[in-house]
Amino acid sequence: MILDSKIPDGPLAEKWDRHRFECKLVNPANKRKFDIIVVGAGLAGASASASLAELGYNVKTFCLQDSPRRGHSIAAQGGINAAKNYQNDGDSIFRLFYDTIKGGDFRAREANVYRLAQVSNNIIDQCVAQGVPFAREYGGQLANRSFGGAQVSRTFYARGQTGQQLLLGAYSALMRQVKKGKVEMLSRREMLDVVVIDGQARGIVTRNMLSGVIETHAAHAVVLATGGYGNVYFLSTNAMGSNVTAAWRAYKRGAYFANPCFVQIHPTCIPVHGTYQSKLTLMSESLRNDGRVWVPKNPGDTRPPTEIPENERDYYLENKYPSFGNLVPRDVASRNAKEQCDQGKGVGSTGLAVYLDFSEAISRDGSGVITRKYGNLFHMYEKITAANPMHEPMMIFPAVHYTMGGLWVDYNLMSTIPGLFVLGEANFSDHGANRLGASALMQGLADGYFVIPYTIGNYLATISSSPQDTSHQAFKQVADEAAAKIGQLLAINGKKTVDEIHRELGLLMWDSCGMSRNEAGLQQALARLPAIREEFWQNVAIPGSGQELNQSLERAGRVADFLEFAELMVIDALSRKESCGCHFREESQTEENEAKRDDANHAHVSVWEYTGDGNSPEFHKEPLAFENVQPSQRSYK
Amino acid sequence: MSDIQLTLKIWRQEGPDAPGRFQSYASGPISTDMSFLEMLDVLNERLTGEGAEPVAFDHDCREGICGMCGAVVNGHSHGPEKETTLCQLHMRHFNDGDTLVIEPFRARAFRIEKDLVVDRSGLDKMITAGGFVSVNTGGAPDANAIPIPQKNAEEAMDAAACIGCGACVAACPNASAMLFVAAKVSHLSLLPQGHPERARRALDMVSEMDELGFGNCSNERECEAACPKGISIRNIARLNREFLKAAIFSDED
Ligand SMILES: Cc1cc2nc3c(=O)[nH]c(=O)nc-3n(C[C@H](O)[C@H](O)[C@H](O)COP(=O)(O)OP(=O)(O)OC[C@H]3O[C@@H](n4cnc5c(N)ncnc54)[C@H](O)[C@@H]3O)c2cc1C
Ligand code: SF4
Ligand code: FES
Repeated sequence: MILDSKIPDGPLAEKWDRHRFECKLVNPANKRKFDIIVVGAGLAGASASASLAELGYNVKTFCLQDSPRRGHSIAAQGGINAAKNYQNDGDSIFRLFYDTIKGGDFRAREANVYRLAQVSNNIIDQCVAQGVPFAREYGGQLANRSFGGAQVSRTFYARGQTGQQLLLGAYSALMRQVKKGKVEMLSRREMLDVVVIDGQARGIVTRNMLSGVIETHAAHAVVLATGGYGNVYFLSTNAMGSNVTAAWRAYKRGAYFANPCFVQIHPTCIPVHGTYQSKLTLMSESLRNDGRVWVPKNPGDTRPPTEIPENERDYYLENKYPSFGNLVPRDVASRNAKEQCDQGKGVGSTGLAVYLDFSEAISRDGSGVITRKYGNLFHMYEKITAANPMHEPMMIFPAVHYTMGGLWVDYNLMSTIPGLFVLGEANFSDHGANRLGASALMQGLADGYFVIPYTIGNYLATISSSPQDTSHQAFKQVADEAAAKIGQLLAINGKKTVDEIHRELGLLMWDSCGMSRNEAGLQQALARLPAIREEFWQNVAIPGSGQELNQSLERAGRVADFLEFAELMVIDALSRKESCGCHFREESQTEENEAKRDDANHAHVSVWEYTGDGNSPEFHKEPLAFENVQPSQRSYK
Repeated sequence: MSDIQLTLKIWRQEGPDAPGRFQSYASGPISTDMSFLEMLDVLNERLTGEGAEPVAFDHDCREGICGMCGAVVNGHSHGPEKETTLCQLHMRHFNDGDTLVIEPFRARAFRIEKDLVVDRSGLDKMITAGGFVSVNTGGAPDANAIPIPQKNAEEAMDAAACIGCGACVAACPNASAMLFVAAKVSHLSLLPQGHPERARRALDMVSEMDELGFGNCSNERECEAACPKGISIRNIARLNREFLKAAIFSDED
């Protein structure tokens, strides 16, 4: 299959307008004849569900949690970007576009990113209209902060709870449509597979997580907004339930997977402190606006931070990158922290941490200002570590945070399965090899509020609106397969818990396919993975039955998919021999140890097609053309 | 960091209609750096190894923001620490030898699904009844078109911080959801965008609350004490004002 990204013709700034004009429309009376399934109720899924229902479509929305208000998006802290230029500091749609493309290290599509920057402003308007209580200045105008990878102040925020407030906005719009009967909300449902009939997505198979009943649902189109797969590493900043299952099953039914190895490691997380640890907690990157990152100059210096004098501290980001300083993009900040720790300059009991110090900001702005800005983050830090950042520097270390890779989609956000659309973190579309801070919330809401409502019509207008039901035998077949897999899992009756095996997988991926990667390590991982998978299918212990709430079984299903998916990540990392963004191949670095891109050989999206269990996936390339920006070696010096 | 040993008395109940009971477990060594849920993970890993059923409990973000976790620990919703969700409660707040009685959030409107997992869909239903601004996607005016005094925005944010965990309901002797409803009504009535529907909203949300079997508010203040997000009962006073105004002056039927 030739990958057609369906980028509209014309000048960059006119593509989206032109496309909206050229999109086929479904007339209002016909909209109510179409059923749409939306899997996921995070920012992308909730905003899509609400907007599609407002247009008149019949929407069925699914999520794992007991309520759609709890999707992983809720945990986003720092903020959301938009090109409003309210600060008059030189921002524009083109600058937001440029920063995002550059931040992604020139591995994203120009047209998609430009559209994202264009609709960013509508998002802020929409959210304010819904009653999202963004931070404000005394005069009543919206406040902004700056974020890594940008030299303008364009990030809108609601204390350290921006994701929560945006999600509650989208959720309230969703519940309004539930009240109107336009959305049927199905919580505690896990999608286990997608049903493809005659090459078109026609529905899904779910498990009712309370009763264990396997259910089938039919529709004219299916929208996946199921989030990212960072939990393949076991430890990450993602919510415990974040998974790859929905995306992976779609892949196995014919949706191509793009750039699976592009994983963002966030520089400011609370360091790991014990083997029982279940997740890593992010400390918002906004802290880098006022916090200064440092380590002791001398390796092995174990004095408490307050006893280390100024001249024996190494503010390595400020020294190395004078123009961006502590605000370099995440991949640069993360790799530098690792480098300092590898040199023995790491701090804390494990030596795997660096300081983030607020003392200068506190003496400059006063503790009141700093508390207002970061109080709840400091509070969270103190709860976890029992240390107060007002009095001593925070300790931070990088952690797996966000996955830029995802299901391949065209400009319409449609995957290679006609009728299957993918939104939010689950797709690969806008962030290239590295995502800038505050741009995931922007993308999720752009996809849901402002892109899918247009582009899905373009598809629906080409298919029949005759009612869909689950009588086709494909539904029964896919449901039987899902049930059989559950039966197989429950029959293993082994000795190791799901978490034990998941942890083992995570460590392997962190060591070999994490912050830096090399051929030998990746090859080793590729050799080890089948053994871990084998161990899982021979020796995992899952108590209880399938006909009840069974959290071990839920986790086992997700880990089974992670174990398969991990292999695709490694294969992808091996095939991309350049360094770019978060993907740091040790073989490809500049003399100053920065990532060295290879545009001659790798200016493409790597797209993988499933060809059957045990077979190598087939590799496809979507070439990337840059007509409006000149790819440059990124420099934040 | 050090280890402590605890006795855990945990409510076990197989399903909504099954009888429940407390079961005792020795915790084994627990690091004081663990979170409460990590302590339950450790217990569950052990139970699984022994071929027993692990304790079912809801959780997702483990950062105190999704509102999914929650249980009553020694009589306190979300445990003894002020303004702390169960997932953010750390074991350093307990002592070696302590006995912890752990049970689900109980309320007439919260059915127990299994062990510590309860059905809180009533909270969603009250939002569905009116906890929104009726605005469709598209066509919103410029975000800075209506200035909002910082003080109002901050107060609205204080109320909007509710995570919908239901601890207030579990803590209330009447199992009332007043604090939850009040937080949403306050959030939206403090902002100009919420004004046009403020009367309808207060009436609809309160009547839905009554219909779902949540109790009345008799000013016990237990909700505020239990709330992990510090939602103030001043919001209930505001809700009462909104409700009265709406009931008296509303020209809607
Ligand atoms: C701690 C943290 C802080 C962050 N801070 C920021 C920030 O400040 N700014 C920013 O821009 N970005 C931030 N991000 C990133 C951003 O939050 C996410 O990328 C974004 O919210 C993802 O939204 P989503 O709608 O695509 O998916 P999610 O919010 O992950 O939602 C996924 C939905 O799919 C459902 N689901 C998943 N699998 C299934 C299945 N198999 N069956 C049924 N339902 C399923 C889930 O229940 C959920 O409703 C942060 C991320 C983290 C982890
Ligand atoms: S008011 Fe407090 S206790 Fe009640 S649901 Fe909201 S956050 Fe939970
Ligand atoms: S698990 Fe999300 S609030 Fe506790």
